[in-house]
Amino acid sequence: MMHGPADPHRSPPPDAEAGAIHQPVAHDSAHKHVAGTAPYIDDLPERDGTVHACLGLAPQAAGRIASLDLDAVRAADGVLGVLTAADIPGANDVSPTGAGDDPVFAETAIAFHGQPLFAVIAATREQARRAAAKAVIRIDDAAPVRDIAAARAAGGDLVCAPLTLRRGDALAGLAAAPHRLSGRIAIGGQDHFYLEGQIAYAVPGEDQDMLVYSSTQHPSEVQHMVAHVLGIASHAVTVEVRRMGGGFGGKETQASLFACVAALAARRFGRPVKLRPDRDDDMLATGKRHDFEVDYDVGFDADGRIQAVDAVFAARCGFSADLSGPVTDRALFHADNCYFYPAVRLRSEPLRTNTVSNTAFRGFGGPQGIVACERMIEEIAYRLGKDPLEVRKANFYGVADGRDVTPYHQRVEDNIVARLVAELEESAGYAARRRAILAHNEGGPVIRRGIALTPVKFGISFTATWYNQAGALVHVYRDGSIHLNHGGTEMGQGLNVKVAQVAADAFQVGLDRVKITATTTDKVPNTSATAASSGSDLNGMAAADACRQIVARLTAFAAEKYRVAPEAIAFEAGTVRIGERRLPFADLIEAAYQGRVHLSAAGFYKTPEIHWDRASGTGQPFYYFAYGAAVSEVSIDTLTGEYQVDRVDILHDVGRSLNPAIDRGQVEGAFIQGMGWLTTEELWWDDAGRLRTHSPSTYKIPLASDLPPVFNVALAAWSENPKRSIKRSKAVGEPPFMLSTSVLEALSMAVASVADYRVCPRLDAPATPERVLLAVERLAGQGGTP
Amino acid sequence: MPSLRHEIRFLLNETPVTVSEAAPDTTLLSFLRLERRLTGSKEGCAEGDCGACTVMVGRLAGGELVYEAVTSCIRLLPSLDGCHVVTVEHLSRDGGLHPIQQALVDAHGSQCGFCTPGIAMALYALWLRSPAPGVTEIERALQGNLCRCTGYQPIVDAALSLPRYGTPDADPLAMGRAAVQQQLAAWQDGARVELAHGDARAILPADGDDFAAALADNAGATIVAGATDVGLWVTKRFQAISPAIFIGHLAGLQQVEAEEAGLRLGAGISYAQALPHLLDRFPHLAELWWRIGGDQIRSMGTIGGNIANGSPIGDTPPAFIALAATLTLRSRRGARTLPLEDFFIAYGRQDRGADEFVESVFLPYPEPGRHDAAYKLSKRRDEDISAVCGAFSLRLEGETVAALRIAYGGMAATPRRAAAVEAALLGRPWSAASLAGAATAFDADFQPIGDWRASADYRRTAARNLLRRFHLQTTGMAGLRLSRETAA
Repeated sequence: MMHGPADPHRSPPPDAEAGAIHQPVAHDSAHKHVAGTAPYIDDLPERDGTVHACLGLAPQAAGRIASLDLDAVRAADGVLGVLTAADIPGANDVSPTGAGDDPVFAETAIAFHGQPLFAVIAATREQARRAAAKAVIRIDDAAPVRDIAAARAAGGDLVCAPLTLRRGDALAGLAAAPHRLSGRIAIGGQDHFYLEGQIAYAVPGEDQDMLVYSSTQHPSEVQHMVAHVLGIASHAVTVEVRRMGGGFGGKETQASLFACVAALAARRFGRPVKLRPDRDDDMLATGKRHDFEVDYDVGFDADGRIQAVDAVFAARCGFSADLSGPVTDRALFHADNCYFYPAVRLRSEPLRTNTVSNTAFRGFGGPQGIVACERMIEEIAYRLGKDPLEVRKANFYGVADGRDVTPYHQRVEDNIVARLVAELEESAGYAARRRAILAHNEGGPVIRRGIALTPVKFGISFTATWYNQAGALVHVYRDGSIHLNHGGTEMGQGLNVKVAQVAADAFQVGLDRVKITATTTDKVPNTSATAASSGSDLNGMAAADACRQIVARLTAFAAEKYRVAPEAIAFEAGTVRIGERRLPFADLIEAAYQGRVHLSAAGFYKTPEIHWDRASGTGQPFYYFAYGAAVSEVSIDTLTGEYQVDRVDILHDVGRSLNPAIDRGQVEGAFIQGMGWLTTEELWWDDAGRLRTHSPSTYKIPLASDLPPVFNVALAAWSENPKRSIKRSKAVGEPPFMLSTSVLEALSMAVASVADYRVCPRLDAPATPERVLLAVERLAGQGGTP
Repeated sequence: MPSLRHEIRFLLNETPVTVSEAAPDTTLLSFLRLERRLTGSKEGCAEGDCGACTVMVGRLAGGELVYEAVTSCIRLLPSLDGCHVVTVEHLSRDGGLHPIQQALVDAHGSQCGFCTPGIAMALYALWLRSPAPGVTEIERALQGNLCRCTGYQPIVDAALSLPRYGTPDADPLAMGRAAVQQQLAAWQDGARVELAHGDARAILPADGDDFAAALADNAGATIVAGATDVGLWVTKRFQAISPAIFIGHLAGLQQVEAEEAGLRLGAGISYAQALPHLLDRFPHLAELWWRIGGDQIRSMGTIGGNIANGSPIGDTPPAFIALAATLTLRSRRGARTLPLEDFFIAYGRQDRGADEFVESVFLPYPEPGRHDAAYKLSKRRDEDISAVCGAFSLRLEGETVAALRIAYGGMAATPRRAAAVEAALLGRPWSAASLAGAATAFDADFQPIGDWRASADYRRTAARNLLRRFHLQTTGMAGLRLSRETAA
């Protein structure tokens, strides 16, 4: 007998005859993951005749294609042919919002370095890659618009309409405030670095049919895009995804390009076609988290209580809209984090640049909003000589006291931030540790330390209200086994096991009776992206609806057959109690089949209550909020800027957890990913506008050895979603990402010690060792003593 | 003339494999996935940096069977002659899970699962050599494995719990050890191996003399030792490497000799093999050593390769230059020795003839009382390439600088001595004031460039500060360095 570690979140679950809802059961594929037998798309047996595509990418960031000579490509070993924009029968566009600005292949103008210009199809992937490198591309140069400053200088072209959120008179509030400060923070982008890169495998069928295996968070969109590009109806396209090797938002819209090229080639050459870009091509050709520059102007009183905020959130969107509209919107939605602004004006500036089109990434603009917000709090604290935590507490949203209205006019009705923060402050020993750190730094050592406690409030629901719907399909077979399908996709987050727990709970059967199946557009249509942390909220509810229908039919059948009242029937731990009688679940199913009961159901769910009017900037875009808080402690080396995160304590709110082990994994993983974003993950473009950090050798995500040696993670056991969410749980994918803000601020405190905390160091993100050292030197130059 | 063989032979899990037609640039990963349909090993980056493709390779080193984790994406197939390749498929035969796999499942150590087979293999290699690993060992063993989902905590927990799941003694690899060793030994026939695939040729010389002969006959051939650099020429640049001379198997190049005046390291010795020998006389190198690549790279990459490829940001050259290392080059014409710093002529140019190879590097023992240090700065602490690497060697007479060697990587087109700074300090008191006086000499020595690893400004400032750190360290100042151990 083997025993797991003692931690209750990590121990194996108890016997799960009754569905195991709220239990820490393992990921459904865990055994296959560790054995290497869980198939990802590149592992699927290739069908006879399969050939391989490779994209040819633009070698420069801007200009016009003077000539695209592909003769050598066509002549290369193993090549079947090439595809360019001229070979697209439908639309040369994969824009997810209908903006029409996202070509599959550039036609004349080059929009960014790494933009696909053509594809070559060859017998092997290696031949395709070698052939693609033989293209002779001549481009009439133009100066690329590289970044936010350049975009503004060039006139400030926007990729979509900006948003303004406004409540009260921010300018008057600023003018009247006893204290006022303004500043800027630059916040870098982030590559998703999903371990499994983008991939699509297209198999042509009869008529115009196309089956596409796509590593996508949004199979329905890939289906529609393939139809759009091929110029055929959606009914001819089926998209299937069993699992992704990570997504994080990077496969919400970015999978379409690869699926469409594979499908184009499959149609053109009548062969199954696989397209799996090399990691470097993937990182060059696909969008990332938006980098922002935020200019803020904040008025406050002597207690640090904010009176007014006026801020502009400029984002480098890249060459096209993609999801930049909703991403920059969400930055504004989170520019308040947990704080009440009596008067506020927030404006977005989604700027067009000659860089890859930035896209969804865990948090979806929210992290940039929260980091900027917390920078304002930090600035106020340094101005007033206070502990930033004190300033935070002075500004928390109130509860039904008039200080509970967001800049988008939604009331915060479920506020638990004060309790979370108080509990964490206590359990982490924040006050005593901060005192000890201040004392340590006083001696002027080379190694300085810092600590920060930052909270998170994250709005749950797609702000595109129509996305808040989901479907599921449940079949019960005669042997009592259950086939579960829903519109969500599995990217490692444990969605499938959570939804299976919901289904098993509905029938009160063991989890092993429920078969998790691949997401496919021909089972559940018109699905939303698995994004916005909504996967289990939406699909869990849809599955519950389907199960409820079948349970209702079974109940009515049993009531009639055994002549008992429906109330006398209950599903209990693998059996069904029918009055005095108790039947094994499978026996009832067989009886119901014989009784001609429909044992299949399509479930549906749409989130209630929410609405949003972008034009006026008002509404109730979020069904509820998820909360959390973290304390991070760091050390920095003032000679080199090197640092380490010494200890992290987290208290996070997932409502009543569907699966504490899965949720805890999300919290830990999100935190470390956020820490990477704010510390070592730096995207670096050269003067010619070429991204030079496009592989793991140059782009540095956290390692095991970057883990804080002390990492205490707890879920708030007392929390329950006040809304009627699935089993009163809360969404968990994104909210904990922003707990990492505490790392940036702790680094900032360690730097600030150099100038006796008189100056806010204004450390930009990512706070690489370089930025830390240069900030130390800057503060030393302002009278500090490094 | 040694006898000639036209095939390579290795064990793949339990199966002996013979390959007679293989291009020199076929990677082990593509062989596994495409030819053998063993798809448990994943490709995450094709440059040896993410570890998703990690497998174990067993080889005879000094007659002893050693298993090491390697990145199969840049390991070239010919280099496996006479080895035992162990893939994740070997772990869970008969449908049951191996202790390492069970520990990972119980700790919720996988989310998307794509990195997981590689992590299981990295931990397997660790567990075989250390059945009850501690946190530091685990972190080091995982330096070459990226996970983007879990944040690593459950993986580290799983590794810490390994003793509860079993011991390596009962592991099939341990039980079958004698038979494997026997098989690999039987394959050692002293022959030269030549493989051809179309026009492309791979040569595995029989020994050092044969290597010199092969290189003389194929001047300009690509020398492949650990392939941690050459592998990327193949996977990223499609560079033709034929004719390629593989030398990873040459025992003669893996000798370590404690000579009277210093330590001689064979060029073919891996970072991992070199470490225990270095620790004895050059303990200051330990910190740098653990930050070279990850476990897989340290098992594959060689001392000679790190020098011979001439990179301005290689980890070992600055440290060795500061130690006054000399390099021995050999060819059929004979051998010659030169100071290591003279080997690096300019970016991409080294003092090596087309028929020469690096045979060994010699590190003179430090005189008693000498202060030595080597510091690496990078964006991420582990498994990253240096932004700046600074190495220092100081002998004081009283308070006066009697001898001083300073070398930097990342500050110029080659690893280089800071001659002007050395001159400015020589004969002066070893004091903060002298350091301040020497500050301007840095500009005479170096005009660093800015790139994605660091700006020129950072490089300049940090390089000076590393000298300050060295000074503080020699004065015995405490609390000078970050330490994960004290943090916990």
